[in-house]
Amino acid sequence: MWTYEKRLQYPVKISKPDARAAKIVITQFGGPDGELAASQRYLSQRYSMPFKQVAGVLTDIGTEELAHMEMVSTIVHQLTKDLSLEEIQREGLDTYFVDHTVGIWPQSAAGNPFTASYLQSKGDAITDLVEDMAAEQKARTTYDNLLRLIDNPEVREPLKFLRAREIVHFQRFGEALRIVLDNLNTKNFYAINPEFDLTRPKGGNK
Amino acid sequence: MDKMSREALMKQLQVQSFAIDDIKLYLDTHPTDRNALDFYKKFKKLRDETYREYTLRYGPISAENVFVEDSWTWVETPWPWERWV
Repeated sequence: MWTYEKRLQYPVKISKPDARAAKIVITQFGGPDGELAASQRYLSQRYSMPFKQVAGVLTDIGTEELAHMEMVSTIVHQLTKDLSLEEIQREGLDTYFVDHTVGIWPQSAAGNPFTASYLQSKGDAITDLVEDMAAEQKARTTYDNLLRLIDNPEVREPLKFLRAREIVHFQRFGEALRIVLDNLNTKNFYAINPEFDLTRPKGGNK
Repeated sequence: MDKMSREALMKQLQVQSFAIDDIKLYLDTHPTDRNALDFYKKFKKLRDETYREYTLRYGPISAENVFVEDSWTWVETPWPWERWV
């Protein structure tokens, strides 16, 4: 169960529309390293995670990603809301406009639609947490690239906040991975998959 | 807190809520860290006070905290993606 709070995690108040910025920021909504993929990755992985603390990390970071998705969508909305048709055509947003007007739709900067293949839920604790750590770094690099391309401080401030959260999440997933390893055979971390073999009498073998 | 504008009170709520968002993740992996537990306790109390103050003065933040009088105020107050804050 989730409850909704009518507020953003960090304020977004952009006074000047900018189609070019909107076209690239939207990738952190529905692109390969975006917040939609992040939230679904962590919230899907948690069910088979046998370590309570790690399931907590996945739940709480996954929930925070939903708030980040709302922030990114808000940035794109405020950047596009008051665009003129001339600006939309001149700055190349017409290819988005024709399908979505200025509604918010999950796609990458290059226009690829969101797909579940951007994320993995492998049912193996080490595999999933290493994916999660990589995902946080990929998102951090994407925010770094957006910050190289965007000058407006009203857009940069929330992007800087989101970038900093990727680093904190990377740290927490690293700690979660350590918790998993501490619970495994230190001579061979791969002797069993704790998400499959622990609850089966003969392990997961035939 | 008496003279705080809607915007200032929302900002305070965001700051105090963020302190909790952040320490919550830390506590997930350090569940017995005394300093972190005290930090959580302190900000939980502050946030609860601000949340209540904001809701009383400017309307509901959650649909579970609507003071029902003559109309359903949940949908009357601005959405967060509007530029008001």
